[in-house]
Amino acid sequence: MNPVNTISGKAYPFGLKNVDTDIIIPAHWLKTISRTGLGNGAFEALRKEPDNLFDSAEYAGSPILIAGDNFGCGSSREHAAWALDDMGIQAVIAPSFSDIFSGNAFKNGLLTVVLPQEAVDRLMEVAKTDPIHIDLENQVVTTPFQDRFTFEIDPFRKHCLLNGLDEIGLTMASSDAISAYETRLNTEKPWLAPQMI
Amino acid sequence: MTQLRTLYQKIWDAHVVSARDDGTCLIFIDRHLVHEVTSPQAFEGLRAAGRTVRRPDLTLAVPDHNLPTTARRDASGNRIPITDPESAQQLAALEANAPAFGIRYIGDADAEQGIVHVVGPEQGFSLPGTTIVCGDSHTACHGGLGALAFGIGTSEVEHVLATQTLQLKQSKSMEVRVEGEVGPGVTAKDIVLHITGLLGAAGGTGYVIEYTGSAIRALSIEGRLTVSNMAIEHGARAGLCAPDEKTFAYLKGRPMAPKGADWDAAVAYWQTLKTDPGAAYDKVVVIDAADIAPSVTWGTSPEDVVPITGSVPDPASFADPSKQEAAAKSLAYMGLKPGTPMHEVEVQNIFIGSCTNSRIEDLRAAAAILKGRHKADNVKWAIVVPGSGLVKAQAEAEGLDRIFINAGLEWREPGCSACLGMNPDKVPAGERCASTSNRNFVGRQGPGARTHLVSPAMAAAAAVTGRLTDVRELIG
Repeated sequence: MNPVNTISGKAYPFGLKNVDTDIIIPAHWLKTISRTGLGNGAFEALRKEPDNLFDSAEYAGSPILIAGDNFGCGSSREHAAWALDDMGIQAVIAPSFSDIFSGNAFKNGLLTVVLPQEAVDRLMEVAKTDPIHIDLENQVVTTPFQDRFTFEIDPFRKHCLLNGLDEIGLTMASSDAISAYETRLNTEKPWLAPQMI
Repeated sequence: MTQLRTLYQKIWDAHVVSARDDGTCLIFIDRHLVHEVTSPQAFEGLRAAGRTVRRPDLTLAVPDHNLPTTARRDASGNRIPITDPESAQQLAALEANAPAFGIRYIGDADAEQGIVHVVGPEQGFSLPGTTIVCGDSHTACHGGLGALAFGIGTSEVEHVLATQTLQLKQSKSMEVRVEGEVGPGVTAKDIVLHITGLLGAAGGTGYVIEYTGSAIRALSIEGRLTVSNMAIEHGARAGLCAPDEKTFAYLKGRPMAPKGADWDAAVAYWQTLKTDPGAAYDKVVVIDAADIAPSVTWGTSPEDVVPITGSVPDPASFADPSKQEAAAKSLAYMGLKPGTPMHEVEVQNIFIGSCTNSRIEDLRAAAAILKGRHKADNVKWAIVVPGSGLVKAQAEAEGLDRIFINAGLEWREPGCSACLGMNPDKVPAGERCASTSNRNFVGRQGPGARTHLVSPAMAAAAAVTGRLTDVRELIG
């Protein structure tokens, strides 16, 4: 995974609430067996509308997406994070995210920034004309107009993002602890092993 | 004095392999269900890193999303090729990956094949007090047995395959207590739609919900699976129903469940799986079961719920400006006008199936309404998709298939089907579907499709009249 630190540039002032993963990437795009190329299907239904945000000359290729409450709700499909990544989005700013989506985003180096609705409203305004800057190290979002919004992020996730760490590799370093747990489980709950069919 | 703990806390504590100072825990995963859509990239990742599956014995692979629900074998027993090359490729990937990594595989030729969330409980693979994950958000379903079950993304699928653990932070706990008796025609689906309408699509975000109260205890296990299945539709990571004698009776004798002395030891443990009296939840919501009516959705979020006796709401009636905008967009998509009584809304399609409502009790409830009746002429497409091959066989043994066919409905092979239309079962653009599935999102059942979520009995009632219908008009 590539390290993430600062993200600067135009932002899509999307703002919609309850954006579900079927909106981000419809189910017929899930038939792929690879992680790439899904940007073509991102926001497919919305992009059929004339003058849509995502294909406008003004915003196309923006690295930041600004959305409403509960972004990424619905299905667990990681394809939603892959699709955003594939269309060049590196960070999503919203008042809240679904639990599964934010986990998927993190695992793909896609930064999710939670800010209060007022801050999101202000950034929506700024995004119409000017770029936005996200600084992960200092946990702050700034604009050319002296706006400064600090955000919280799980310290472990921050550490992994800044250093581009692979979570599976980190967990495999705890292999002995997992083995010890398994041994204890076999003694305490031997019935837990599934019967063979 | 020992600390009072919720059911969620007890299951969490029992699965902590190690804990970091920041509260992140390495959590052991007892059961991993794998299907064809969210696993290919995980297996690809394992191969690329030269990793193996740590515990293939705790993993079960079942294809469900892409399989056609039409016949899969010709008269001579040969496989009928799947016409969509991408679906075929994804199914072939799972069929190859499972044995390559030593994972048990229940394939399309097996009588036990079905939707993973139907197969897990049915086989006794899913057990109370276990942690269960799957690359599918409706994994919350298994919480109906008292398991901590939740959906994960593909990177986490790969993480579980490689390590049999996940790095997690504990969620907050919420009790949703439904007290009292529900009225006639009100089912588990109506209870969970009502809860979703009340909490909102994000109301449970950050929480694991335990469903309690006399109305939940009164539900069958299949009803509890339905309620827990839709925990994710109100944003919760997982839903739980404390296991009880009904749970044990449901699981006893299932193929993968413990046997003999193991069974007794398991039950002794499962009996400890209840929230201690006086243990505190982070949030409590109390619902009077008498307030729940047969329910239906009007919009494009599962929170858009009204009683069937209600009307399409006016977007201006919502206090929140962003909800007003979302409601107006929903109504435009759904082709509905504010004030229209829900029972006047005509439907052209009926879907009875999905991991929410495709078990034998669901099919019995639908058949009870359809017996001796016929679908309305304006209903062009009506399919019944059992949740598994075993549900299908049971329904056929009870003659339910004949009731559906005589009523003009199609009787299909098991799978996810028109819940999300990854296989050929789709609702045409601009048409409506009374659907027993779990999501009414834009384009969920096919591009431009308009979904109204209902219970199996309500879907059957809609098939008979050709419009959304109060099932109470057709019973007793």
